[in-house]
Amino acid sequence: MATKKIAGVDVQVNEEGFLTNPAEWNKEIAVELAKEEGIELTDAHWKVIEFCRSAAAVKGAAPTLRSITNGSGVSTKDLFALFPKGPAKKVAKISGLGKPEGCV
Amino acid sequence: MKTFLILGAGTGGTMMANKLVKRLDPKEWKIILVDKDETHYYQPGFLFLPFEYYKPEEVYQPKKKFVPSGVEFILSDVELIEPEANKVTLAKDKKVIHYDQLLIATGTDIHPEEVDGMLDGWRQNIFDYFTFDGAMALREFLKNFKGGRVVLNIKEMPIKCPVAPLEFVYLADYFFTQKGMRNKVDLIFTTPLSGPFTKPVSNKLLGDVMTKKGIHTEAEFDVMEVDAAKNIIRGYDGRELEYDLLVSIPTNMGSDVIKRSGMGDDLYFVPTNKDTLRSEKYENIWVIGDAANIPASKAGSVVHYAAETLIENILDALEGRPLSHKYDGHSTCHILSGFNKSLLIDFSYDTEPLTGLYPFPVIGPFPLLKESWFNYIGKLSFKWIYWNIMLRGIPFPLPPEYSIAGKKQVAVS
Repeated sequence: MATKKIAGVDVQVNEEGFLTNPAEWNKEIAVELAKEEGIELTDAHWKVIEFCRSAAAVKGAAPTLRSITNGSGVSTKDLFALFPKGPAKKVAKISGLGKPEGCV
Repeated sequence: MKTFLILGAGTGGTMMANKLVKRLDPKEWKIILVDKDETHYYQPGFLFLPFEYYKPEEVYQPKKKFVPSGVEFILSDVELIEPEANKVTLAKDKKVIHYDQLLIATGTDIHPEEVDGMLDGWRQNIFDYFTFDGAMALREFLKNFKGGRVVLNIKEMPIKCPVAPLEFVYLADYFFTQKGMRNKVDLIFTTPLSGPFTKPVSNKLLGDVMTKKGIHTEAEFDVMEVDAAKNIIRGYDGRELEYDLLVSIPTNMGSDVIKRSGMGDDLYFVPTNKDTLRSEKYENIWVIGDAANIPASKAGSVVHYAAETLIENILDALEGRPLSHKYDGHSTCHILSGFNKSLLIDFSYDTEPLTGLYPFPVIGPFPLLKESWFNYIGKLSFKWIYWNIMLRGIPFPLPPEYSIAGKKQVAVS
């Protein structure tokens, strides 16, 4: 665990750069984290981010790819276009939700 | 007279029927067990069928054989569960059962139709082996297989037995080696995860086994579609992989009755308290095995350990006591690696699979996360234990709780 300054705020991150406390997140941080992933956030991105933030607030964990598509109405194909290479993981990172845990 | 209704006579339902009949007063409780199939399959055995290591008749027995006297068995599909009304409607004769307590053990099924194009080549050169029919169809296909690219694809997690896909490619390597055609076969393992397994220590060690066996891993591969005319699977990221044989682990979903009854999550698994195994929503509904959405493996060992917790909690609830037992996510899995060897992993909600010895420190005898002949014999004997001890709800001489004793924390680079 380390501290990192993002958008002028000190936040706790894990070794892969995921925020460990969703409460430390804000929209400016999201913009910065998205830039690190090479993504310029548009309204379509924000729709997904907002869905994931509220889903995580209820369930206590970042949503799976399937629950994002079911819940936000954005198709899997569009999600891959918005957040290339592993959208569930990328959205979780940009949304400050910690790394999604794969079930074993 | 009160009714304890169990839906599903697979591993979980059968085991719990055997436990409940011993613990509930027969003057007070009537136990009913419902299932749509007559045949009980030893599902760990499906892995052996394609490679002809088991005869088909070794993996099935009639369900009725494991239903204890004192339990009424009804052969029927379940049409609807109405939890608000404590009522279940069966497909057969539209029979209605009013229950006092309900145990859901309806398991999980595969859904190949979730991937576009998958069904176009289904059972031609695309197979599953998570069903008896699929494993048998693949067995026939392999008899005449002349070599080429064998691609194993996992669509999405969670799946029944997360180590089974690894075992499949390990055994395929052994099978083709024995047939003298390993040099004619490319083995490719594709997974949406970042590596062969989800947790760091096992991911590293199981990945090393892959490399040693010359199996290529395509990680973070999210399959978008199958082009059965061209024998190609395409990922959402644009990756294309050619196959001559595609072995698919399709999406695993909870039973259709859970979907029909509106009781499931996105994949129709029932929201279940991971500690108590009681439904998150209904006080008189309990869930065991693959049907539950608990973050544990969908595997028989989980059912076995969870059953020890569940029986005590059910009895607590019936007596009006607070639920006293907590399931810790304990799971023990054998991973066959071919060449008469097997690896063993033992883990829980909180502790990932580690190296060391199981079940006892120092003496073991089973080494964890390491290929050994001892483990292989352990896996083979398990079939007998399953049919004769586990299903009958006879307690093991091993504690159900996960123990860190005998395990080593290793640094993984």
